[in-house]
Amino acid sequence: MNKQIFHDTAQDLSFKPNWFFNRFLIYGVLIIWAFICLFPIYWTITTTFKAAPDVMKGNIVPWWDFTPKWLGLKSLGLSPNTIFVENTVREEFLKRFWNSTIIAFSSSTIAVALGSCTAYGLSRFSYRFGFMRNSDISFFFLSQLILPPVVLALPFLVLYKELALLDTRIGLIALYTLTVLPIVIWIMRDQFGSIPVELEEAALVDGLSLWKAFGTIILPIALPGIIAAFIISLVLTWNEYFFAALLTSSHAKTLPVMVASQTGSQGIAWWSMAALSFAAILPLVIIGIILEKFIIKGMAAGAVK
Amino acid sequence: MSASEGNYLHIVMPDQISDTRRNFGRFIIWGSAAVLILTVLLQSLDQSNFLSFGFENWRPTLYAYLFWAFSLCLGQVILYGEQGKRRLFILPAVLFVISVVIFPLIFALGIAFSSWNLSSPDGRQFNGLANVYQMWSDPFYWNALKNMIYYTLAILFEYIIAFSLALLLNTQIRARKFFRVAFLMPLMLSPVAVSWMIGKSMLEARFGPISRLARELGWENPSFFGSHEMARAVIMMMDAWTFIPLMMIMILAGLQAIPKEMHEAADVDGAPPWKKFWEITFPLMLPVSITAILIRIIFKLKLADIIINVTSGGPGGATDSVTSFIFREYRDRSNVGYGTFLAIFYLIIIVILMTILIKIADKWMRPRY
Repeated sequence: MNKQIFHDTAQDLSFKPNWFFNRFLIYGVLIIWAFICLFPIYWTITTTFKAAPDVMKGNIVPWWDFTPKWLGLKSLGLSPNTIFVENTVREEFLKRFWNSTIIAFSSSTIAVALGSCTAYGLSRFSYRFGFMRNSDISFFFLSQLILPPVVLALPFLVLYKELALLDTRIGLIALYTLTVLPIVIWIMRDQFGSIPVELEEAALVDGLSLWKAFGTIILPIALPGIIAAFIISLVLTWNEYFFAALLTSSHAKTLPVMVASQTGSQGIAWWSMAALSFAAILPLVIIGIILEKFIIKGMAAGAVK
Repeated sequence: MSASEGNYLHIVMPDQISDTRRNFGRFIIWGSAAVLILTVLLQSLDQSNFLSFGFENWRPTLYAYLFWAFSLCLGQVILYGEQGKRRLFILPAVLFVISVVIFPLIFALGIAFSSWNLSSPDGRQFNGLANVYQMWSDPFYWNALKNMIYYTLAILFEYIIAFSLALLLNTQIRARKFFRVAFLMPLMLSPVAVSWMIGKSMLEARFGPISRLARELGWENPSFFGSHEMARAVIMMMDAWTFIPLMMIMILAGLQAIPKEMHEAADVDGAPPWKKFWEITFPLMLPVSITAILIRIIFKLKLADIIINVTSGGPGGATDSVTSFIFREYRDRSNVGYGTFLAIFYLIIIVILMTILIKIADKWMRPRY
């Protein structure tokens, strides 16, 4: 009844060294590259718990060739026995961390809000400002991407000095919004372009206003793209160093500037630098692991038409 | 660029805008503009000591500008109704970009032809073409420009690695998600943290794990920032390490968009894998590759953070990028005028080269199906 019709031939059943060799090679290369990518992070985490002799001996694996100590976190005032004690380093660190958080979040939010509206407008309506048509306006925004930060840095230094915006969060937020705006527009234009116009046409016929149709119908559909744009903006603004180094001094200093200012002065106290670097990268590592899908989606936008 | 003409949303709606409303709209726009002009005028008079109003800074002008920008947006809706609401989608961003890019750029042109030491009390002094001559005979600036060429050429190697990784990720493998997350990680890390993690600790000559490995492999005294070529190569590698994921993901997205039938057809015809790659995958990937490379070039031209933090340009300017050079020029001598001139010159070079590149790329981008 259940007679098998198709049989594996002798050739199919035979051991295929070529195939296994290929597999082996592919996984070998993948694992080597994953190691290259992850080892520095692993190194930083473990160094946080190393004492000076461990650093000098080059011990790598915890509990096996060195005993973890709370040195790194202690230097930041975050280890179990110092966490409830007054600590100036911790105050400083938390202040910088908070600055970075506020600046990154607000500039990304503003950029995404401005950028999505712009991208939507450019993908739906035909504009004409003088000689500028839609494609020219798009190009105008995207061309900001080419602008190297160094061109704006010094004029802004002078301008901010005159405007009393030097060393303020608002000053940095404005600049960061500018740096990520083209990227947001790039991602969102792609996103809105893939939503059919008929949706709004139907909504408008049903009596919704333009802004209401945009807010209640289009934005929810474009939400994955918005999240992607937001996260990529967050990554870029959180890591930004150049403007922050030039335009802040004491009040609005961000975490990267704090990390950079410590590098020279620590000598062999690697644990404290490691703890600081680790704290600087940790939020993004977590975001990267959880929201990897969105980041990839955002970066792939525009690559494939 | 993206949507063709017919794809737009056309709204035909007669707007009844009364004369009073129109006049009110005009009044708002021109009134706020008058406030802005008046503020600027008063402040300039105050600055040049004709009159004294006791302004401490230019903040009032900023507020007047914001007020005008807001009124302009509002005025659009009042004046043009439905049409104005559509303009409202892009007007804020346009105003924002103009005020933080175009205006400072014009301002920068003014600074570029002057000598301005921020720490000296003299203030700005127009010095004509002196900055041009100074740049012409500044070996370190030309050296930095030359380095930028090397750094940009390194993108080819990054591209090859990124392409290979994307090809591997696109095959039938287990734990694909793990590999994707792992490969993405370097991009998430802050360059400053990376420069400590790798540049300062892992490459440290005595205790760093990479130096240890180098010693195991027979390199007596590993020093990664001793010779010019070595230091430059190390900076290139660190930068590549952070940015390969970006290219890899773009290329991976391109690979996944290639229809499966292409490869099936080639398989039926009995094409060997190598030929399949060169005749199908690579030509189909050309547009994506060019986009990825162009974006990578744009990011590469901004390269500075790692250099500032690891080598600060050394040894002897071998690793200097233009940005890090200008950064130090400002930090060490706080000469805003000369630094701005160098930056503007750099911008002009970039704009010319990128325009040419995009023109060439545009020719290649035509898909050859």
